[in-house]
Amino acid sequence: MIWETVRLSLISIRRNVLRSFLTLLGIVIGVAAVIAMLTIGSGTTEKVKADISKLGSNLLVVRSGRPAGPGGPGGLDQVVRPLAEKDLAALVAHLSGARAISPASQKQVRVIFGTESLTSGVTGTDSAYLDARDWKLVSGRPFSDSETRSGAGVCLVGETVRQQFFGAGDPEGEIVRVNRTSCKIIGLLEPKGYTGFGQDQDNVVLMPLAAYQRRIAGNRDIDSIYIAADDRTPTTELQPRVEDILRDTRRITPDRDDDFSIRDMTQIADAMASATTTMTGMLGAVAGVSLLVGGIGIMNIMLVSVTERTREIGIRLAIGAHEKHILIQFLVEATVLSLLGGIIGILIGLALAAIASVTLTIPFSPSPAVILLAVGFSALIGMVFGFFPALRGARLDPIDALRHE
Amino acid sequence: MSGPVLISFDKVWKSYGQGEARVHALAGVDLAIRKGEFVAIMGPSGSGKSTAMNIIGCLDTPTSGTYSFEGIDAGRLDRNRRALLRNLYVGFVFQGYNLLPRTTAAENVELPLIYRGVARSERRALAMQALAEVGLVGREHHTPAELSGGQQQRVAIARAIVTRPTLLVADEPTGNLDTARTHEIMELLTRLNAELGLTIAMVTHEADVAAYAERTIRFLDGHVASDSKNLEMA
Ligand SMILES: Nc1ncnc2c1ncn2[C@@H]1O[C@H](COP(=O)(O)OP(=O)(O)O)[C@@H](O)[C@H]1O
Ligand SMILES: [Mg+2]
Repeated sequence: MIWETVRLSLISIRRNVLRSFLTLLGIVIGVAAVIAMLTIGSGTTEKVKADISKLGSNLLVVRSGRPAGPGGPGGLDQVVRPLAEKDLAALVAHLSGARAISPASQKQVRVIFGTESLTSGVTGTDSAYLDARDWKLVSGRPFSDSETRSGAGVCLVGETVRQQFFGAGDPEGEIVRVNRTSCKIIGLLEPKGYTGFGQDQDNVVLMPLAAYQRRIAGNRDIDSIYIAADDRTPTTELQPRVEDILRDTRRITPDRDDDFSIRDMTQIADAMASATTTMTGMLGAVAGVSLLVGGIGIMNIMLVSVTERTREIGIRLAIGAHEKHILIQFLVEATVLSLLGGIIGILIGLALAAIASVTLTIPFSPSPAVILLAVGFSALIGMVFGFFPALRGARLDPIDALRHE
Repeated sequence: MSGPVLISFDKVWKSYGQGEARVHALAGVDLAIRKGEFVAIMGPSGSGKSTAMNIIGCLDTPTSGTYSFEGIDAGRLDRNRRALLRNLYVGFVFQGYNLLPRTTAAENVELPLIYRGVARSERRALAMQALAEVGLVGREHHTPAELSGGQQQRVAIARAIVTRPTLLVADEPTGNLDTARTHEIMELLTRLNAELGLTIAMVTHEADVAAYAERTIRFLDGHVASDSKNLEMA
């Protein structure tokens, strides 16, 4: 009986393809929006989490300048005092609970190989950097201690740099020009992809800090210090220790604020993830409104359908259809219609999310739960908004209905 | 050849409207039809024929008086019970055929069986049999638009008899047909009456159509004006 009714309703939907499609548009758009947003949202959340873990798990990043907060970052009243080698040395000597401590200074610099050129993020650092940021080498070797100390002209390159200059080839042993100096490539970094903000993390060149300071920056400043906590030490415990040591070496009297900031990447990840969730929720509410509009569209078309088929209802009642048969017929039709809209919407939504995941380089992570929910929800909309028209059809007087037209 | 009483009207009134505008479509009708009878109902337009047919077919109920069907007080049943009664015992044939458009002959004929809960394969077989009985073999998969008026009325008759009803209610079944088609349909109804023992109540305006029946009831202004046996035809 139900199967028969579903078949009947499919036939009647097919008879009015264009009208059915226009009716479905509201549901299609609503469901597509919900699916696309939730899928992109969860992809972004995943991406942010992955970015942070790529950045290195349990990572603190120290930078010069006053931390953000009341009074604003930096502040006009003080000249920013950069981080220096003695700050790094003090941390290395006194900080307990850290797995790796590494300096980094960075600048966008034009890198040239042969006739090709590329503006790349060139970073001066040491061999602990890879450990601090959980970054591995695909091939080659990290800087040796002596290369780090002497500031040798060697470098590690990211995947984007390799592709630009060498295609799929092996970059090891090649010499690239960085600014007015040159360096020999000794290793290839594992690809990390884009950040949530669309920044290419593989367009990088790493070189020994001393080489960077001498040949590129022209000063002895350190932009930031990366500190990775060991497995037993939470970053929240490590942070005050770092602060104490730096206040000490930088001789900051108790009456004055820090002139450096310590960022806890884990906390930033959590904050970003929850911001994404909030935004997804808000966009979901907007999509909910369009589903409501879709539901009203279904109600409208079902009322039209009941009116148009008054005579048919009369015939069915005359040959012995129970009220509930007519009710079920139109309910099923509304449900099938809106379910169809829901399924089309899901497909479009997933397609949009897939396109977005390619362009934003976030993972494509459709959630089966969300899809099931969308299916259930669109069926529910059909039932709820189809009920009144169906009831109206079922309550028709057979004689009046037969006389209709 | 006719059996016990199948349907009976006892002082049946059917009135529409209120006060000044009140119209009595039926004004105290008494009549009885026995099982297996073939009755023609005649009378001028507006005399209450269709109203009486709707009550006979359990589509409608009297305003007052009693209508019994197989001894059941059908005039006081609720609409869903009357729907069940129609599905089990009554077949309808209308002047305008009333087939579902864009639905094949076989599917139209199957329709009453769907509401009876008959399984699909059995439905198919019964529909084919009914279509064969009305002489429509080979037209099972045609839609009403692909059939002539006479053929459409045959499909409607097949739909009416597929449930093996006790009673066939036909309101001007030949009203839209030419003379040749009219006589074909009447011969079909006569045969169904004879072979299946189907009780038939049929409204018509034409004397030669009424002549196929064994009895004629004439309505006038909501009353039964005359009720007589027809002469046997040669
Ligand atoms: N639903 C209705 N509302 C008001 N008047 C009606 C209704 N149905 C029938 N009538 C009136 O009842 C009378 C009998 O109608 P009907 O039974 O259709 O006559 P017939 O079929 O003999 O031509 C007519 O005067 C008609 O106008
Ligand atoms: Mg009439």
